[in-house]
Amino acid sequence: MSTRERPEHWVDPEPFDPHEGEKALTPEQEAYYTASQWKLMWWRFKRHRLALVSMWLLAILYGSLLVTELIAPYNAHTRNASVIHAPPQVPHLFHEGRLVGPFVYGFKYRLNMENLKREYVPDPGKVQRLRFLCRGDPYKFWGTFEADLHLVCPAEGGTFHLLGTDRLGRDMLSRILYGARVSLTVGLVGIAVSFTLGIVLGGISGYYGGWIDNLIQRVIEVIRSFPTIPLWLSLSAAMPVTWDPLWVYFGITMILGLIDWTGLARAVRSKILSLREEEFAQAARLMGARPPRIIGRHLVPSFMSHLIASATLSIPGMILGETALSFLGLGVRPPMTSWGVLLNEAQNVNVVALYPWLMLPVVPVIVVVLAFNFLGDGLRDAADPYSD
Amino acid sequence: MLRYVIHRLLVMIPTLLAISVITFIIIQLPPGDFLSAQLAEMRAQGEQIQGGKIDYLRQLYGLDRPVWEQYLYWLWGLLHGDLGWSFEYDRPVTEVIGDRFFLTFVLAFTTVLVTWAIAFPIGIYSATHKYTWSDHGLTFLGFLGLATPNFLLALVLQYYANVYLGLSIGGLVDADYIDQPMSWAKFLSVLQHLWIPVLIIGTAGTAGMIRRLRANLLDELRKPYVVTAKAKGLPPGRALVKYPLRMALNPFIADIGNLLPELISGAALVSVVLSLPTNGPVLVRALQTQDMYLAGSMLMLEAILVVVGVLISDLLLAWLDPRIRFSGGQTR
Repeated sequence: MSTRERPEHWVDPEPFDPHEGEKALTPEQEAYYTASQWKLMWWRFKRHRLALVSMWLLAILYGSLLVTELIAPYNAHTRNASVIHAPPQVPHLFHEGRLVGPFVYGFKYRLNMENLKREYVPDPGKVQRLRFLCRGDPYKFWGTFEADLHLVCPAEGGTFHLLGTDRLGRDMLSRILYGARVSLTVGLVGIAVSFTLGIVLGGISGYYGGWIDNLIQRVIEVIRSFPTIPLWLSLSAAMPVTWDPLWVYFGITMILGLIDWTGLARAVRSKILSLREEEFAQAARLMGARPPRIIGRHLVPSFMSHLIASATLSIPGMILGETALSFLGLGVRPPMTSWGVLLNEAQNVNVVALYPWLMLPVVPVIVVVLAFNFLGDGLRDAADPYSD
Repeated sequence: MLRYVIHRLLVMIPTLLAISVITFIIIQLPPGDFLSAQLAEMRAQGEQIQGGKIDYLRQLYGLDRPVWEQYLYWLWGLLHGDLGWSFEYDRPVTEVIGDRFFLTFVLAFTTVLVTWAIAFPIGIYSATHKYTWSDHGLTFLGFLGLATPNFLLALVLQYYANVYLGLSIGGLVDADYIDQPMSWAKFLSVLQHLWIPVLIIGTAGTAGMIRRLRANLLDELRKPYVVTAKAKGLPPGRALVKYPLRMALNPFIADIGNLLPELISGAALVSVVLSLPTNGPVLVRALQTQDMYLAGSMLMLEAILVVVGVLISDLLLAWLDPRIRFSGGQTR
């Protein structure tokens, strides 16, 4: 074939636009394709309704810790000898068909001479209107300045025990609210300890390998061989009885954290094992970064979201652990109040039969543990936003 | 296989030694010892004690020796099946915990079986009926089991079993059978009492197991060979059981190692509430009174139970899964 016979090359006379084939992106699409990883995670997380609800619930609960004094109708240690083991008082709105506003009926007290049970029955003659934003038990707000403002208090001379009272006539609701301060923070402090230990030891173990790895793995194996509750028990029994309750509290969180880190360390190790050979780690190494920097700046952040998810999933274990320890009387000690300490009072069958409201502190325990589980589930799904 | 077994057994030795050291450190941690605690109590009750007697007791129990010597002495005894002397019960530790340890073992073993029996069908059902209402419901139930503190569940169940079923479920046998030799009637009575603690202790483990089985099975069901099997016209039941299920089962066995510490922990708590004659109540009591040989031996034995459990699960895995057998070691 000669060059002359070749047909003439056809050229489109229209002006050429290289972007013609592209459709313009809507702003939403644009935002989607340029979103950062954390943003993608947030979008993925939002799809998990239960996790979202749990997150808000936990945020509210933790937020309430800041103003416990305000929302609790009584102090945690206010005793009222005239209402011992009183049942919950239900708030009403209408009295004999008339609107009175939120009120409770006062108690009529009677000692049952057959089983010596104290019986409190609502007395329709005593209508006690609740007061709101009122002056009640004086307290020291955050332990610093004096105040006596409460969100809700009983009528003058009346009582308001929404969840009943315990054997010393202390208000259960207030005690649960104050107990939340210990029970909810135990998990956070504990996880901080276990998180630090897990990342440092897991990171070292995975990055260096060799005998250090071997040693750390053996240590983990040994720690995991102990059944947790007996080990917790033994360690917390080792805390001197002379310790201040605050010290005991920190002791407990340390114990919970010191035993919990093994799972996290294993996860970190296996991730680092696979990541340390990646190009970006190599590059960092070639540029002269020291191992702590490589681990802390380059390797760990690449799977931080997974770590946060698994940390969230191990908080409930700690909360349950504290509850169990305090229940057995080896955890947080009175006068400090936690949900476990409260449940300690519900230790025998009599309570179930006679004063079932003493078991109510278990409700917040269940709710919080469930919420953390759902939140952790959602976080785990969101941790890898690039998977389908 | 033999090489693997030997390797596994050798690895156990340093682990057990380390466990014994940690156990010993833990029981040494509390300030003072049982004698000083008891002396303080006796003094508080107004009893006069001569200095000579204290020294004599201290020497008798070896509390005056250096710590490492006490440890070696304790370890030596341990190796010969002598667990030391319980100060509180004033009897050898072996006598105090012999029966109890056996019962703890029975309880843990039964619970593992029950956990499997419950988790197995539910896990399969959840995986094959993914995202249906029943799946969500069962998952939620599992979560609830996970979130409820065991001890409280024990308390409530104990009460209602008593009120509605007329069962007295404190303890592990009816009062009539205590101290009687084993008989058929006693065995039945044990069974009657056993189910509540087993159910309670099992709740937490079951929930975790269901979730893991479901996740594993879902992973398997997504794989192409399942599609092939279905395309070939394998009946659904067979396409599920023949391969995917078998693959998803590995973690079940590997989990014994994780499950055992959990179960023994749970058992300790539940036993305190239900006053079962297992380790739990004695351990708590021993820790409170600093009865160190008793507490230490129990912690040690429980850890050994776990180590042996992990060994068994590893051996079973190696037997079932040639990949582990031939790689000759690491299973996790």
